Amino acid sequence: MSSSFDLPDGLVAVVKRDCATCELVAPLLAELAAADEPFVAFTQDDPTFPADADWVIDDIELGVSWHHDIETVPTLIKVTAGGETERIVGWDKARWQDFLGDRWKTIETVAAALPEFRPGCGSISVDPDKTAALAVKYDNASLASRRVEFAAAEDDIEAMFDRGWSDGLPLVPPTEARVMAMLEGTSRAGAEVVAIVPPNLAEATVEKVAINAVMAGCRPEYLPVVIAGLEAICTDEFNMHGVLATTMSVGPVFVVNGPIRHEIGMNSGINVLGHGNRANSTIGRAVQLVVRNVGGGAPGGVDRSTQGNPGKLGLCFAEDEEGSFWTSYAEERGFDPSVSTVTAYCGEGPRIIIDQLSRTPESLTRLLAKAMLATNSPRMAIGMDAMFVISPEHMARYRDADWDKARFREVLDEELMIDADSIQRGREGMAEGFPELPEGTRVPKFNPKTGLQIVHAGGPAGLFSSVIGGWLTGEGGSVPVTKEVRP
Amino acid sequence: MTTILDPSDETTVPHRERQPRPESLGGLTVGLLDISKPRGDVFLNQVEQRLTALGATVNRYRKPTFAKPAPVDLRHEIATACDAVIEALAD
Repeated sequence: MSSSFDLPDGLVAVVKRDCATCELVAPLLAELAAADEPFVAFTQDDPTFPADADWVIDDIELGVSWHHDIETVPTLIKVTAGGETERIVGWDKARWQDFLGDRWKTIETVAAALPEFRPGCGSISVDPDKTAALAVKYDNASLASRRVEFAAAEDDIEAMFDRGWSDGLPLVPPTEARVMAMLEGTSRAGAEVVAIVPPNLAEATVEKVAINAVMAGCRPEYLPVVIAGLEAICTDEFNMHGVLATTMSVGPVFVVNGPIRHEIGMNSGINVLGHGNRANSTIGRAVQLVVRNVGGGAPGGVDRSTQGNPGKLGLCFAEDEEGSFWTSYAEERGFDPSVSTVTAYCGEGPRIIIDQLSRTPESLTRLLAKAMLATNSPRMAIGMDAMFVISPEHMARYRDADWDKARFREVLDEELMIDADSIQRGREGMAEGFPELPEGTRVPKFNPKTGLQIVHAGGPAGLFSSVIGGWLTGEGGSVPVTKEVRP
Repeated sequence: MTTILDPSDETTVPHRERQPRPESLGGLTVGLLDISKPRGDVFLNQVEQRLTALGATVNRYRKPTFAKPAPVDLRHEIATACDAVIEALAD
């Protein structure tokens, strides 16, 4: 198919006046144009440069430059039968000679006076201020989603609230330019289906995820993490439908591991479970917006949560792997530290565990267990798990005593064994409790070995850790799911 | 004027008319779906007795877990075999 952006057969140059190297080679281009063989030059900024002549073609709209991925000027391209066969960039006398072959003779005399080498300049078509607008101008047909036009008198933010797309906070308008810029964050095609999203079991394409990521306030480089998070919750194991529909006040909690944490500037330190970091605050929010807008899962609809929790806006944080004495959460789950991952865990809001006096791991572990025994309900055991977010200062107790993660788990698991009799229904005047079991039966608070998720995060000071209570575990509920973050 | 992209799945849910309310339950087959919450069976046993007294045939069904939607095969079986269905929540 031919378009106005096709290159003519022969030799083609792309230049701009605002480039010393283009100015340098301008006399050579004039020599090439004067010769018999076909030659044209596309100019990006001045239609009279390199010359006010019919072989100079105006590309100030940058359509040719954009369609042919010009990154540097000058670029020389050989075109045969409508197709590019070879290109060189900048000025390099030896390479030009090699590239031009017989045509070198045309410019040899003029070229003799030129230096051996000058690097090229950036093409205007790759100017960061221009790429989004160019993508919209020349490639917006690649976006499949319906366009929604707001009236001139409508306020964009209010218009999005009115259409029911918001989680209660303002949204960034997902314009074509913003969505195309967002899609630059992934190598996946916009039409690729990422997940089937509950409760409506609707297909979420990369494009739909990108739109919701824009609305959530994400930067393009967060998109692969958003996609991985969505993939994680849209699995039978995680059971997002059940997590939405339950009256228990839980939601997905996302933990990020691996190099991507630093690449996108995630927080794993001070206020890690709170606000203040854009990646932490927007990635989980983007996933939740996909559930709402694509999957149709909104509070009062399929989301029946009795009280909800603030984390349902999108609780997402990074593990502090470098400051940890223990193997990372992702490593424990079978992923190499060089791999970036997102783990989705179904949890309530974080609650603090205070221990400012323990100086031995034994004492601290006992205290932590005591606090964890109260998660969900002090009268419940097995059935529901928890995530333990250990702070650096609490971690120091284990580092000092050389307790690795396995040793901690072993001792903690023992501390988390409950005498079933003590939590039986009706005990101490409380109806809630465990069914009657044979005397002397001991039950674990969590599923031993796998039930407690352990993550290291938090600021350097403070003898406080957190526990995030879980929901029904196992096949009949939700189990944590880890997905690799793929570019 | 701002133009934005639709963040939704862009589908319109088809509107389906409800089945007409039966004049009587006599001779009909009624499915009772236990969602597997504790003591749901206590409630459903009572309902079954009442329905049987009204002349209905009762089929009992059970979801594997209350925390997940009923499997599609189970839903199909109920839709095929029953004229009406009652889903029970209990705790």
